Amino acid sequence: MLSVNQVDKRYPNGVLALAGLNLTVAAGEILAVVGGSGCGKSTLLRLIAGLDSPTAGRIALDGTPVTAPRAEIGLVFQEPRLMPWLTIDQNVAFGIRHLPADERTRRVSECLARVGLASRSGHWPRELSGGQAQRAALARALVGRPKVLLLDEPFSSLDALTRGDLQEHLLDLWGDDQPTMILVTHDIEEALFLADRVVVMQPDPGRVRTELVPPLARPRDRADPDFLHCKRRLLADLGHASGFSQRVAATV
Amino acid sequence: MSAHAETASACRAALAAASVTETEALPGHAWPHTAWPGGNRLIGFILPLGLALAWEAAVAAHWADGRLLPTPSRILATLATLAQSGELAGHVLATLQRVALGFAFGVAAGTVLGAVSGYWTLARQLIDPTLQALRNIPSIAWVPMFILWFGIFETSKVILIAVGVFFPIYLSLSASIRGVDRKLVEVGRIFRFSHREMITRILLPATLPSYVVALRSGLGLGWMFVVAAEFMGAEDGLGFLLIDGQQTGRPAVILASITSFAVLGKLTDWLLASVSARFLTWQDSFKPAE
Repeated sequence: MLSVNQVDKRYPNGVLALAGLNLTVAAGEILAVVGGSGCGKSTLLRLIAGLDSPTAGRIALDGTPVTAPRAEIGLVFQEPRLMPWLTIDQNVAFGIRHLPADERTRRVSECLARVGLASRSGHWPRELSGGQAQRAALARALVGRPKVLLLDEPFSSLDALTRGDLQEHLLDLWGDDQPTMILVTHDIEEALFLADRVVVMQPDPGRVRTELVPPLARPRDRADPDFLHCKRRLLADLGHASGFSQRVAATV
Repeated sequence: MSAHAETASACRAALAAASVTETEALPGHAWPHTAWPGGNRLIGFILPLGLALAWEAAVAAHWADGRLLPTPSRILATLATLAQSGELAGHVLATLQRVALGFAFGVAAGTVLGAVSGYWTLARQLIDPTLQALRNIPSIAWVPMFILWFGIFETSKVILIAVGVFFPIYLSLSASIRGVDRKLVEVGRIFRFSHREMITRILLPATLPSYVVALRSGLGLGWMFVVAAEFMGAEDGLGFLLIDGQQTGRPAVILASITSFAVLGKLTDWLLASVSARFLTWQDSFKPAE
């Protein structure tokens, strides 16, 4: 279980990005965090990942505080962030460099096959499409079999078709080890398609506005009336949260 | 076949080979190629060969006096004589050895200090101002001190060359480490890299392209400083040959030495560039039009 307890984050320039934030995520839960830009959702993810530390409050995974990056917590960034000087398999192996070589090779090829990149193993990152590169980044985060997988708008720079494809793929991958997943996104449809629970954040300072547990059976259908109903509700919440409903509408 | 023509044909073969590997490494390369790969590289020979032939012709036709600026054929003849007596090989080896040693020490020191001062702010604050001040001293100004400290023989020469090589490497590495994309460094943090892993697995590979440029400019300075080092009293080496030619009034010897410097400098630079190109095939860089 991951818990975020009364967390404040103030940046050195004085901006209060998060104030008094509370959040509990059960093991194996898929949580989506949505909100307009500047609501602190990416800050929250960086704190959980241990890349930044909170100004006040406490973040803990299974009772142990998170103060620095941990092996059990994986992170997929908005960009693939592959090392351009390493081939795809070498990039994926980054996450398990402490394992013996044969075990490493086996797990890397297994993981690349899982994300559908087996044939790209020896290629350079520059030879991959945006979707393939993000799959490789996903493989790099998953190869260490983390308990918690954090995703920071991982599909936001992809075209709609690739995005839909990767969303389904992500659910597939989740089925293997069922890690806890926290997905930060500004795409409401993505949140509803993937998450067990959706948290809506509001800015100035960043905090939780509402939560929704979508009463939708899996696999979810984006054209289902219940799905659309949830989407409208979240849109309304987001509109109130940001004060600019048009801006949110434009991103959906 | 003259020594020069031999060098030229060796270069041509090597350049053709280099251009073939480069073509293979770039599957996305869309520019049309000439029928003979490497043909375009030979364009570089037109200018020096043309100038040499023009001077040769001008002296042969008595339009110019070849006494103070000997013709290419006389320079080649001088080189051939020096080569036959074994003198040339001795000078070339002595100079190569000094450059190699000085380059090795300069690169080692520049790499270690550059990496340290690029990575740790405290180390940078401590050593960078001093090194920047030292950098501004013309290195030749050290010569009298180096002779006092290390004697007139090899040590002072190698150290002078190493000092010349050190600065471009140090400067470029420490600056380019600070320019490495924060986003890649964060990936290292997520995977809990140690300081050593962060340097060797992320920062150094990321700075490799500019490091190679620094190595090449360091090597160029090494060739420059070896002349200065050999001017300050040497019994062999191409720099000694220069002085010898001047003192005995033989311009062909001076030019033979200069030609050797040009050929050796170009060859070692080419060697460095082509070896390092193998490590840079991952780059997604601009391919200029032909």
